[in-house]
This record gives sequence, structure tokens and C-alpha cells, in this order.
Amino acid sequence: MTAELDRVVREEWGRLVALLLAHFRRLDLVEDALGDAVEAAARRWAVEGVPDNPAAWLQTVARRRVVDRLRSEAMARRRHALIATDLDRQPQRTMADTGDVVEDDLLRLVLMCTHPALSPEAASALALRLVLGISTYDIARLFLVSETTMAARLTRAKRKIVAAGIPFAIPDLDALPARLATVAQTAYLAFTAGYAPASGPDPVRASLAGEAVRLTRTVRGLRPEDPTLTALLALVLLQHSRRDARVDPKGRLVLLGDQDRTRWHREEIQEAVALLESPSVVGRSLPEQAATYLLQAFVAAEHATARQVSETRWDRIVAHYDQLVSIDPTPAARLARAVAVAEASGPRAGLAALEEVDLPGSHRVAAVSAELLARAGERAAAAAHFRAALELCRNDAERQHLQARAAALAAEPDVTTAAGPPRP
Amino acid sequence: MKYVVLLMADGELPAWSGMSEDEQGAMIEQFGEFDRACQAREGVEILAGEALGAGDTSTSIRTRAGERHVTDGPYAEAVEQLGGFYLLEAPDLDVVLELLTVLPAYDMQVSPVVDPY
Repeated sequence: MTAELDRVVREEWGRLVALLLAHFRRLDLVEDALGDAVEAAARRWAVEGVPDNPAAWLQTVARRRVVDRLRSEAMARRRHALIATDLDRQPQRTMADTGDVVEDDLLRLVLMCTHPALSPEAASALALRLVLGISTYDIARLFLVSETTMAARLTRAKRKIVAAGIPFAIPDLDALPARLATVAQTAYLAFTAGYAPASGPDPVRASLAGEAVRLTRTVRGLRPEDPTLTALLALVLLQHSRRDARVDPKGRLVLLGDQDRTRWHREEIQEAVALLESPSVVGRSLPEQAATYLLQAFVAAEHATARQVSETRWDRIVAHYDQLVSIDPTPAARLARAVAVAEASGPRAGLAALEEVDLPGSHRVAAVSAELLARAGERAAAAAHFRAALELCRNDAERQHLQARAAALAAEPDVTTAAGPPRP
Repeated sequence: MKYVVLLMADGELPAWSGMSEDEQGAMIEQFGEFDRACQAREGVEILAGEALGAGDTSTSIRTRAGERHVTDGPYAEAVEQLGGFYLLEAPDLDVVLELLTVLPAYDMQVSPVVDPY
């Protein structure tokens, strides 16, 4: 019974919110009413059994709650702001609608939650709450804030939607791709929050990142031909497919090269690779954001399809990064490129590529330099860079890794002392 | 809904004084085009819209400890360049954002007017 209720909430929450909003246009009432309906279901299904159509049952109960609330409000003669819908606008506008009414309501809900007038963090949290029905507690855990802070953030976002007149609407066809790009950014923000190094490892947060994958999949399901959403879905599937191998049983970070590749989720990798070959992204000119997701996904796919580390095609990975840096020259992209160059052409080439990376305050440049200097045999310089990296790094798992590497370096037999005086 | 649109700053637009007469005329024409776009859009109306004098023609009033101070200049640095405003009636934010693409590319702020009812 509980399992069935959980399943319906998980699969149908966004559609139920969308349907009720399309009908009542009262964001404040709809979410509460649906919450009440789920509580009622937990009580009554235990006694009466699960109804034939659980989603319709929840919708009916929630609908009744909203109507009750509207009646009592009418009695109190209070007027409430409604959210605007595209029905208020001129009817002859070209809509991007393709005909499926419920699915379009779901898209309206997604676009409303991820409107660019909302802050990206708030939009991301709101989409998880309203489209997927994730609890405020879990969303707070994903974004590493307290539940009260997250509840306040969600309330503020909902208030802004009503007060600023952010519509429950699908924009014109020519404006839709840009809005879907914002949807993609929002979903990716939720995904990276789950993998963002926190104060320590938390496997639950990785499974919450899986919810961001679900959000991406749900939204792409509404517009499968969109290149940005397609490229993003491939990227997050590939990154998420490694979740079980990223941390060892003691919670320590395991680097890509050391991961047990049998623990990667093969079916997810296959799905992503198929997406990368789909007509949504192949053989057409892509918007910049789609291209950056696509190139990162190509890199992830090279890793995911190499049977073992030694079979990794670093030459192709460097080529992908060259393209990525040419359209999106961020320090993070340059750093990743330098690492790939070192693998393809040796540590000295990697160190040369690192000189172009400017990432003040981050331990990553120092950490990569240290690793490459160690490989190039420059142990003193490597040790100094490990110390610099440790001073800047605040993540437990990464600190442990850096300390272990520095200790291993110090413990290595010093080949240079046997041959002559140590190099400076 | 009612919205106030504030033309906050020139952004990347060239300075008005540095423009040729033709360029100035073209810019003024964009405002005319905005008027027409609003008229053509159902549910949209320009309720008011004015250009403001330069920041050095404005006057600030502050009351501190019960005492009223009248001083030269705009209230804050942020509104030094405030060039004008519109008061619009529109069905929702997206309609406003779309119509504003017709105006010259000022840095703008859109705020909903609080409905007292």
C-alpha cells in the first residue's frame, strides 16, 4: 500500500500539480491540497485498499480540498492573486503545443518553475519540489542548507511567481529553445549539487542527484528533439553511471582511473551513447550551451566505453577539450584539458598546458601540478605543490586523497640519492 | 497586472551626446515602435511613460531624526542614470519581457505594482 502510494507520488506528482494549476491557478492552494490528499491516501488506502486509478483518486481529493478552500475564502471575501496563464492572452498566438494537453500542462509547470526571473538555486529547488514531489527535507540535504532555509527559499520563489506574474504558459516557438536551455541549466545545477564536494561524503546526496537525472529525463521527454536537453541527459547519465564506484566502502573518493569499472551502470551508459548518436544532436548546428554539454558528454563517453584505463583514448579526449575550450574558455575546461594533455603526451606537456589555467583560491591547479611534477620526477616541487593544495582544500574526501598521495611520494625510494646528490 | 519598467542605465548603448542626428532619430523611432507593439498586443496598455531629466537635475529628500534634508542630486548612485519609466498593463511577465525587446537595449528593471485588493 505504502509502496503503491510512494510510486504514484513519485511518478505522478508533477502531472497532478500541473493539472490542478491549469484548473485553479492557485499555486498556494494546489501544493497544500495535494499534500493533504497524499496524507488522506495513506490513511484510507490502508483500510479500503488501493483504488483502481490511484492518481485520479489523489486528483479528486486534492481538487475537493482546493474547492473547499476557495469556498471559505469567498466567504471571507478575500481576493487572491491568481497565477497568469497563456489562456489570458490572445488566442491566435502560435503555440509550441503539440496537442497532448496533460503533457503540455507539465511543460507549463516546468517552465514556470525554471523562469529566468527566479534565482537559479530557487528555480532548481522549486522544480524538484513541484515537478518531482521531492520533500523539502531532501532538497535541503541536496543543496546543503537547513530545512528551514530551504522551506523559506521555496516559499519566496512561489511568492515571486504570483507577485511578478510569472506565467503558467508555453512561450512562442521561437522563444522556447532559450527557455528550455534555462530548464537544462536548472536541472544540471540540481545534479551538480548532489556531487558537489561537501564537508564529507554522503551517499544519500548521490541518490538525490539521481532525482536531477529524473528531472532531466522528464523534461526531455516533453521535447525529445531539443538538443540542449538531449545533450544534458547524456552527460548526467554518464556521470551518474559511475556513482557506485566513486567512493570506497570507507567513504573515500576513488579517482576515475582507479574505479572498479564493473560497478558502472552499463545500461545507463548505453542509453547515453545512443542519445549522443540521435538526430537531436547529430548533424545539426547546435546552440552554444548544447555544444558544451555535448562535448563534456563525449569526454565522459570516452571514459565510460573504455574497458580499462589503459584503453582510454586520450587523443580523442584532448580533441574534445580543444573544441570545448574554443567555445567555452573557462578555467575548469582548461584544467580538464591540461589533465588530458598530460595523459596523451606526458607530464611536461600537461604542465605546459596548466600554465594557461587561472583558478585563484582553488586547490585543484596545485593538486594537478603536484601530481604531474611527481610523475616528471620533480619530487621536491611536487611536495611543495601538495602542501599548497592541502592548504586550500576544504573537502574531507579530497584532503584525505591529497594527504595519501603526498605521503606515498615521500615514502618512495629516492632513486636520485643512489645516483648522486638530490636535485634541488 | 500592472508593471513599472525602469530604464536604469545605458548599458552598452552609445552615449546620446555622441550620436549623430540620424542615430538619435533611429533610437527615438524604437520608442515609437514599442508604443505600436504594445497597442497591437491584446491585454497590453501603456498607462504612463516619461523620460526623466539627468541625475544632476534631480533633488533628494531624506528625513533623519525627524529632520528633513533637501539636497542636490539623485538619492543613490544606482539611480544616477535612471533615464525614464513606463507604467504598463499586461497579462503576465513574459509578455512584458517580450515587448521590451523592441526598446533600445537599456539596463532595465521590471517590478509588479502591488495590487491593493
